[in-house]
Amino acid sequence: MSSSKEKSKDQQPKSAFSRRSWLQGAGVSGSVLTTGLLAEDAQAQTVANVMSGEVEITLDINGKKRSVKVEPRVTLLDALRNRLDMTGAKRVCDRGTCGACTVIVGGKVMYGCSVLAVDVVGKPIQTIEGLAPEGQLHPISKAFVNHDAQQCGYCTPGFIMATKGFLDRNPNPTAEQIDKGLSGNLCRCGTYMGMKAAVLEAAKEIKNG
Amino acid sequence: MAEYKWPPMDKRRLMGKRIARLDGPMKSSGRAKYPSDMNRSDLLFGALLTSPHAHAKVKSIDLAAAKAIEGVTAIRVISGPGTEIQWAGTEVCAVSAVTEEIARDAVKAIKVDYEVLPHLVKEENLAKVGARAKAAGEQVTGDPDKAFTDAEAKTSGDYGIPVITHCCLEPHGSVVAWGADKIDFWPSTQAVSTVGGDLAKMLELPATQVHVDCQYMGGGFGAKFPADRWGAEAARLSKESGGRPVKMFLDRATELTIAGVRPSHFAKIKVAGKKDGTITGWQSESWATGGIGGGGMAPLPYVFTNIPNRRMNHTQVSLNTGPARAWRAPNHPQASFLTCSAITDFADTIGMDPLEVFLKNVAVSARPETYTKQLTKAAELIDWKKKYTHGLKKTGTLRRGLGIGIATWGGAGHASKCKLTIHPDGTVEVEIGSQDIGTATRTCITQVAAETLGLPMSAVKVKLGDNSYPPSGPSGGSTTIGGVSSSTRKAAVNALEKLFEKVAPSLGVAPDQLEADDSRVLAKGNPSKAMSWKQACQKIGPTPISEMGENEPRTAAREGLNTQGASGIQMAEVEVDIETGVVRIVEVVAVQDCGLVVNPKTAESQVAGAMIMSVCSALMEERITDQTTGRVLNADMEFYKLAGLPDVGKLTVHMDITPEHDARGIIGLGEPCAIGGIAAIANAAANALGVRVPMVPLTPERVLAALANRRNA
Amino acid sequence: MDNFEYANPTTVKEALSLLTDGAEVLAGGTDLLSLLKDEVHKPKRLVNIKNIKTLGGISKSGNNIRIGATVTLDELASNQLIRAAYPSLVQAALGITSPQIRNMGTVAGDLCQRPRCWYFRSGNGLMNKSLVENGENKYHAIFGSGAAHFVSASSLGPALMALGATVKIAAADGKSKDVPVAQFFRTPNAEGEREIALAANEIVTDILVPAPATKNATYEVRQKQALDWPLATASVALRMSGAKVTSASITLGHVGPTPVRATDAEKMLVGQTITVDSAEKAGAAAVAGAKPLSQNAYKVQLAKVAVKRALLTAAGVKAV
Repeated sequence: MSSSKEKSKDQQPKSAFSRRSWLQGAGVSGSVLTTGLLAEDAQAQTVANVMSGEVEITLDINGKKRSVKVEPRVTLLDALRNRLDMTGAKRVCDRGTCGACTVIVGGKVMYGCSVLAVDVVGKPIQTIEGLAPEGQLHPISKAFVNHDAQQCGYCTPGFIMATKGFLDRNPNPTAEQIDKGLSGNLCRCGTYMGMKAAVLEAAKEIKNG
Repeated sequence: MAEYKWPPMDKRRLMGKRIARLDGPMKSSGRAKYPSDMNRSDLLFGALLTSPHAHAKVKSIDLAAAKAIEGVTAIRVISGPGTEIQWAGTEVCAVSAVTEEIARDAVKAIKVDYEVLPHLVKEENLAKVGARAKAAGEQVTGDPDKAFTDAEAKTSGDYGIPVITHCCLEPHGSVVAWGADKIDFWPSTQAVSTVGGDLAKMLELPATQVHVDCQYMGGGFGAKFPADRWGAEAARLSKESGGRPVKMFLDRATELTIAGVRPSHFAKIKVAGKKDGTITGWQSESWATGGIGGGGMAPLPYVFTNIPNRRMNHTQVSLNTGPARAWRAPNHPQASFLTCSAITDFADTIGMDPLEVFLKNVAVSARPETYTKQLTKAAELIDWKKKYTHGLKKTGTLRRGLGIGIATWGGAGHASKCKLTIHPDGTVEVEIGSQDIGTATRTCITQVAAETLGLPMSAVKVKLGDNSYPPSGPSGGSTTIGGVSSSTRKAAVNALEKLFEKVAPSLGVAPDQLEADDSRVLAKGNPSKAMSWKQACQKIGPTPISEMGENEPRTAAREGLNTQGASGIQMAEVEVDIETGVVRIVEVVAVQDCGLVVNPKTAESQVAGAMIMSVCSALMEERITDQTTGRVLNADMEFYKLAGLPDVGKLTVHMDITPEHDARGIIGLGEPCAIGGIAAIANAAANALGVRVPMVPLTPERVLAALANRRNA
Repeated sequence: MDNFEYANPTTVKEALSLLTDGAEVLAGGTDLLSLLKDEVHKPKRLVNIKNIKTLGGISKSGNNIRIGATVTLDELASNQLIRAAYPSLVQAALGITSPQIRNMGTVAGDLCQRPRCWYFRSGNGLMNKSLVENGENKYHAIFGSGAAHFVSASSLGPALMALGATVKIAAADGKSKDVPVAQFFRTPNAEGEREIALAANEIVTDILVPAPATKNATYEVRQKQALDWPLATASVALRMSGAKVTSASITLGHVGPTPVRATDAEKMLVGQTITVDSAEKAGAAAVAGAKPLSQNAYKVQLAKVAVKRALLTAAGVKAV
């Protein structure tokens, strides 16, 4: 993987789209953003903002700007997993059903498998990797451990991100709200009992700071 | 001779305690690296071309267009011209490329010409399977004809449970790198010590050449023992790509089509008995499929094995569908569902409470006393006596019912070797070629080692998931915790003996008069003669103590660290909306023994998880094939339905932890708890409806059809 | 998934100019990405409309409420105007029980999504009559027409149809047209025809929902409570005079290639009060014309019950 070679692209515009910086054609792939700004005034009137082929985009992941080369067809999930070595989000159903790929985009839980990487440029993306600093555990993760809300653990990061999104909106959840709030995720080992207890405990922990 | 037996129940500090799984933080932080997360440098991505036909002969393959794609590093033909394909999804070609997208583009660019042959992919209707049916013989005990002639009451019912898949969340696959002197293999596996040899055999290499590493794996349930064709092809792609690592995992549709199924089982069952509930006769005509190899008979009659007069006929049906693999308690859930349904229907017919009929007939089981206690306990937990009414007495739109399912399992520990090392600085490591498939193996091994050495959990480092460690059996058949706990116990006792020999002179006590407790080594009965664990280990000298422990299945029962024979009862309460046919779980209760329980917290998780799997299988889960196209229509997670958080109701787990069970040593748990739930739920629905829904899953169409039959009857 | 171009316009005009041959609109993507992965759709270009500000928002517009095309299902279900007036829309949106889908999926996307027919999704076409009739059709239509045995997958369609909503479409010539939801959904006559009245070079811009009928509700029958497709849906909108129905609008969902208007049941209810009995009769009338396939007769019963329960819910009578 080339993930180790990524450079910070902090100098890039926050929202590439709002600056209409895409150029047409594959010939400029890899340098769209760097030339885009300079070319914008000359091109914007006549060239539609269409991208094709592999281009370098900048994603705002866990508060850091990450530059990554993708084709338009690459999903956010595959960009994270295959190109940025951020493998917390899992690819399970790959069709927007199981929630193992859940990430938070613009403050909302989403399926990383069902959104294109190029579609989330400029939006804050939060993944499980950004939930707690290295070596520490977020209260939700901690509650999942305490209540054994995981077995094989493959669905766990997705459930934890779904829980994060849920508790952000429902800080005082009832059991029924928890059931509904996590209805977009599936576990195969059958860890729902632990999860129900874990989400309640996490809510309490987060409130008590 | 060292004394290995488990410390007395009341003396255990760590074993038997509710300890959170040690790898929980890694998993719940997303930091755990599963095989599918392995991003090695220079990684290539593999993709498979699979057959769209269920039965066909490969005529020709044209790779030219695929080869021309930039970024493709190797293409392999798996099923060459002339190969007869027996199920849709069969691997035809494999490709590696610098990105996953390019690998998939290349797969699409391959042109395969097939000669399509006739196929069969459905078996529910035995009359339609023609020559695909193969009689598997008749078994007769006693005089079933006479038993049915003489019977005071007789019932006859049709029952069916379809093929389901494992649907492991991490699909099957691996990362493989073909190096100059060894192959590095990162498979998602439940068989760390055997899967390397399996790969080596397929590649015709010495077993010594494959190094296996699997620290985490995303679910197996019996489907992840072999290295698999796609593992071997990934290795060959790596070789042909100059040794660059290749990551090849099945996509979801392929995973659900070829990576293993649980066989179906259908049966017409007749039960004869007395009006007091005693069952005297059993006749079953059953059929099953697990793919092209057919499907054997489940153990019928289940648990009630000694019904005096029995006749069983079975037919195997061969289908052009993906092959069966072991599925958590192979054949037992089906057998339990078929048997408990037939017995419940008998009870309903004679107007007796099924609980009474089960209690009456456990006499013909292998463990009447255990089942009696467990039935009684489960009935108490679900409040059976207060809630039960006969199905024909129910009224209203939402109707509740109760049902029972029964389970038996072996679960003796598998062969396992363990190496335990005590370093002179006092640190301890355990090396064992086992795997943690979500069953908390790591945690249990640590508990056993730390318990034995008188140390805290944090003082023991357990290393597993690597085939360079001493070999331990695959995680199948609920054999792991018994196997690894026993080998770990022995290794720890052996190492401790060596330590005591080193320490004894300093304390002026004979080695066999020492014990380890509370991070100290001390004289038995004289705690004033003691030194700290650290001080004791300084006596070791420069070379660490390293001792082996082995669990050998042939002698294990005699030693008593692990044995076999787990029993379980599950009861369910469901609520059926008789206007829509939607069945909702109110509660499922499990009473489960498994001998000595190393970690009740994670053991309860096993049981609750198995109950949820039973909810899926009883209510919504089935593989749906299409006879015209020969394909699996629901090879996805949208129409291959699994229960979500709101679908499972209340789950009550009662681990049957008693001194008498504890004295039997460790017995496997993962499978016995995955057996009775389907029967319990199906019977609860039958009770709620006052009519049997012959086939699970209990989908609205099946429930409404059964209700219509009841009205017409 | 084949590669494609990706365009990111900020105005409808620009978007229309990008919707040339082989281009498709990308909104929430929850359906489209699956179609691309399954290679059922192979667009040459995707035109993302989520950055077109004029396509968002929910507002009062005269007697109507205007719902922007890219309003997400979550925004819809949380919106106070909608919650106050159109419980049927809120119930339909919340019937999609995945928060992730509700956060991603858009109102227009819900209307424009393709059917979930498993023969269609596996590359066997949408109108493959013999495959469906001889095959696995338990999730298929009981109100079919010709070769169209698939069911419309739209969750909001039945509610919007019952409420008399209109779809506003920006056409290629830059002009805007209003199409009643009842006509927006159409039954294709041949393979390749779409099941909505929207050309490839057009964009849904708004949904206009008229002032609410006094009472409205949606009832879905789903097997699972977690994310699952409805087996049958009914959405009703009633105008009342006291306890009596003056006009009723009843639409069935997931039982036909379009949402299905139950006109006989509607007529039957005029002048009636909503009771278990009248609701049951309306349910029976709603499914009188159903022609189930070999495996889906049960859906007739489900649709009937859905109508009954939607009516009772709308009237504030306990449905179960």
